[in-house]
Amino acid sequence: MTHDTAFPFLTVLVLLPACGALVAVLVPTGLGERLQARVVQAIGLVTTLSTLALAATIAARYQAGNGGFRLVSQHIWAPQLGISWHLGVDGISLFLVLMAAVLFPLVLLSGSLGTSRDAVAWLLLLEAGCLGSFVALDLILFFLFFELTLVPVYFLISRWGYSRRAYAAIKFFIYTFLGSAFLLVGIVAVAFEHEHQTGRLTFDLVTLMHTHLGLASQVLLFLAFTAAFAVKAPVFPFHTWSPDAYAEAPTAGSVVLAAVMAKMGTYGIIRFDLTLFPRAVVDLAPLLLTLGVAGIIYGGIVACATKDLKRLVAYSSLAHLGFVVLGTFALTTQGVTGGVVQMVNHGLIIAVLFIAIGWIYERRGTWSTDGLRGLQRPAPVLAGIFTVGMMGAIGLPGLSGFVGEFLVLIGTFVTHRWWAVVATGGVVIAALYLLWAYQQAFHLEPDPATAQVADLSWRQAAVVAPLVLIIAFLGIYPKPLLDRITPSVQRLVSQVDQGGATREPAVSRGPAPASSSSGAYTTSSSLSPDAVTVSGGGRR
Amino acid sequence: MTSVLAVAGHLALPKIAYLSIMPVLILLGGAGAMLAVSAVWPRRLPASTTTSLTVGVALAALVASLVQWGDIRHSGPHVAIAGAVVQDGFSALISVLVTSAVFLTALVADSWQRRHPSGWGPELQVLMLVSAAGAVVMGEANDLIVVFLGLEIMSIALYVLAAFDHRRQQSGEAGLKYFVLGSFSSAVFVYGIALVYGATGTTDLPQITDYLARNILLHDGLLLAGLALLLVGFAFKVAAVPFHLWTPDVYQGAPTPVTGFMAAVAKAGGFAALLRVFISSFGVLRTDWQPAVWVLALLTLTLGAVVALVQRDIKRMLAYSSINHAGFVLLGVQAATTRGVEAALYYLFVYSFMVIGSFAVITLVAGPGDDDHDLERYRGLARRSPLLALALTTMLLAQAGIPFTTGFLAKLEVVSASVGARSTALAVIAMVTAAIAGFFYLRVVLLMYAAPAEAGAGAPGYGDGADLLLAGTEAGSSSMAPSAGADEQAGPGGTLTLSATRTPVASWEVPEAPAAVAIALCVGVTVLFGLWPAPLTGFAHLARLIIP
Repeated sequence: MTHDTAFPFLTVLVLLPACGALVAVLVPTGLGERLQARVVQAIGLVTTLSTLALAATIAARYQAGNGGFRLVSQHIWAPQLGISWHLGVDGISLFLVLMAAVLFPLVLLSGSLGTSRDAVAWLLLLEAGCLGSFVALDLILFFLFFELTLVPVYFLISRWGYSRRAYAAIKFFIYTFLGSAFLLVGIVAVAFEHEHQTGRLTFDLVTLMHTHLGLASQVLLFLAFTAAFAVKAPVFPFHTWSPDAYAEAPTAGSVVLAAVMAKMGTYGIIRFDLTLFPRAVVDLAPLLLTLGVAGIIYGGIVACATKDLKRLVAYSSLAHLGFVVLGTFALTTQGVTGGVVQMVNHGLIIAVLFIAIGWIYERRGTWSTDGLRGLQRPAPVLAGIFTVGMMGAIGLPGLSGFVGEFLVLIGTFVTHRWWAVVATGGVVIAALYLLWAYQQAFHLEPDPATAQVADLSWRQAAVVAPLVLIIAFLGIYPKPLLDRITPSVQRLVSQVDQGGATREPAVSRGPAPASSSSGAYTTSSSLSPDAVTVSGGGRR
Repeated sequence: MTSVLAVAGHLALPKIAYLSIMPVLILLGGAGAMLAVSAVWPRRLPASTTTSLTVGVALAALVASLVQWGDIRHSGPHVAIAGAVVQDGFSALISVLVTSAVFLTALVADSWQRRHPSGWGPELQVLMLVSAAGAVVMGEANDLIVVFLGLEIMSIALYVLAAFDHRRQQSGEAGLKYFVLGSFSSAVFVYGIALVYGATGTTDLPQITDYLARNILLHDGLLLAGLALLLVGFAFKVAAVPFHLWTPDVYQGAPTPVTGFMAAVAKAGGFAALLRVFISSFGVLRTDWQPAVWVLALLTLTLGAVVALVQRDIKRMLAYSSINHAGFVLLGVQAATTRGVEAALYYLFVYSFMVIGSFAVITLVAGPGDDDHDLERYRGLARRSPLLALALTTMLLAQAGIPFTTGFLAKLEVVSASVGARSTALAVIAMVTAAIAGFFYLRVVLLMYAAPAEAGAGAPGYGDGADLLLAGTEAGSSSMAPSAGADEQAGPGGTLTLSATRTPVASWEVPEAPAAVAIALCVGVTVLFGLWPAPLTGFAHLARLIIP
């Protein structure tokens, strides 16, 4: 909570894409179509890449320390309403910011939106909204960004989507807007409870943390908050909008929806539910764990039954987010850390999958595995990239997907054994449907239409190459991630323990003894966050 | 001798603090002057002259309101003219709101008159100024009789305005409907005043407050009956369900700029008086009337949002949407707290800009005759006139409550007030209806950005400069009397010049400079104060009632 820098990194991080969107809109139409497209594309790239550079700088300057908020900037915004422009980043949000910043330029380069000026502007505004919601520390400010993202996505789906785009766009908007209705009332109710106790109206998360809430109101507020987050994520059974939206959106929209915006839901749960309503979280954890597991199994089964590659990935996404929910409500350091890692990894992996599927559609005009056969022969690079994404999604050790799922399962096993056992079944199902789909689409003799398919161009390969590299790197060496995430998660988990301590002693849900694994850390890169913490503590 | 003089001195008129009624005087004086000038002028006043005169009068009244505001900030709230009017931040804010609405509507009406030439004189503008004067009086009334005076001044002018477009049957129908139901509600309102007078012995609002504070009524049936009738009267004016039945027809039938004006000013005036009478004077009885307002708000919110879903006519749709918005303002009334008043005021203020802006765009998009408002007309608007589509999109999204617009902050304010007054259930319902409302706002947005090619069977010939009049009748705005369209084709609509009917869509939709200014101002206020809320929320914050 210190103003440890003069330069307002986070404010610039949020405003930069927004300004880029404004500049893009102002590009005159009189330039002629080609020149305009180039100028707009250049503006989009410069903006997203400089945002990425800024995010990387932030990540490089980030010192984990005790896991508190860094680079905080706080300004009065609407004094009568108690809203402040309060931004900060900690280990939990840092990598989500970085992931979003990495994905946006790649999405822009993947070329799924054509050369439209408006599309680029909407995409940049969307980036501002996504980044803003990850770094906002004022509840209303968070809500503003959270809601702001609806508008660009709505336009991206409804204008550049596939055949049933209008239906999908409206369904998406109404579902999420309805969820947010409860969130807004919940936010206001927390703030008023706080005002009632202290006489000061504020929506500041760090201040509201200290509000005393009875168990009944905690449960109600928790449900109100979680309604919005569960719809956004989506958590089973609030997912019904997502297959439609993911499938009908243009590739760029699908990537942002699944990779970045879904994380706003799960991030919201970790950041706000766990911080504000610890007792309700402890009490209702079994419910949410069950929903998480149900999502894992249900998503897997439906994905097995679907022939449409895009829907298949959409349902697999539901399953993977189930793991995030599972880890979060395990309420152990490993579990929550695993959840955060899984959020980042899932974002990277699903981006690869959606981009690859977008290119398949470009070449063959279909997503259905019935219409695709033998793609591997004419397009080996595409097949290779799809394989990496697929293996990551399955959770193959050595790719990043494994790290998150493994931590989640360990963390859950400690406190909620049977949920972890059932969830492990989900990993098997994931292997089943992904490999089936791969067999049908890529193996066998290509039919005549498929045999003509061109492989990826250099440019296209260059777009996904960074993602593939990051996925492989994080699979082998996740320590940089864990080093920074764990202190913040530990801080959060201990807060939940204190808050929920009326029921159970804090000790019972503390991290596992660290001594056994710390040796492993010194010799090789261990996955255990506990080990990392010990070493981090020593460095301080 | 001296004693007689002294008596005469006592009998003299009360001291008139002219500043306190300056906006009213300017509005009424301007209206009178315009009538007089047009009567003696040898030819008809051209539209540009009437528009600039009205804009000048509105700006003068706006400045007077701001001077009042400065005076109140400097020397505090006070009553004037023998306690008939009150000067506080509340009245000043309403005054600023109403005069701004006149200013904007005058600019929009200019385009409307040019597009529908029918030998208009300055009557539209004169009636608008008079109606606005009534609304300002309602905002500063400190006596039930003065409230009634303002209500009638405002309403009677509005009845005529609704029926103003004599070429369309619907306009006449709207005027008559509004008149009959409106005067009925006025009668109910006066009866309510009579009962309250019977119970308390006065119509003066502070004296009523005083009386209720000092006495505990053992038999308060009379008072409560009076209160109920007052509430019904106000509910008619602000179009709260179940007293909303006139709204869709009147909004649809009235000339489009007038609809915007009505939505902004009639609501502002009605709610201003409602807030002052109920919260400031009958605040002691709030436990009696809060449940009634709760139910009223619930019905208004849900019915407005749900029925709007099935509308095919954009004016009817926005009529139901305005009912939904009235429900949100009722949230502030129901809270019955200072914060509630502040929230309701803020809501009214920003809503008036959104709704006038929306109807300004609708005025331009509507074809010749101002009677085709079918949603299909908006298909592909973004291709034809991107800026107009952008403006309407902004204002519709603001009405839906999208962040970084004033619409969001307004919803936040009323929901805060409601939660603060422990009416959380109502707040939740309100936000759910906002989500439902999002659907029909977005439907228009979707249509505007849809490719015109998709129009196909829906609206033949749109966009490629086909004869608009023909297209208008063919597309056949389903919810309207088909006779009106056929009628116009046949001849009585022949006041339209041939060139006007042959105007291609795109050039027809290009706003004249005044309307463009009005739309830009509405969008500007909506977005600017959404991004930088402090000035406007601060204004509403300081514009409290005198709550004894």
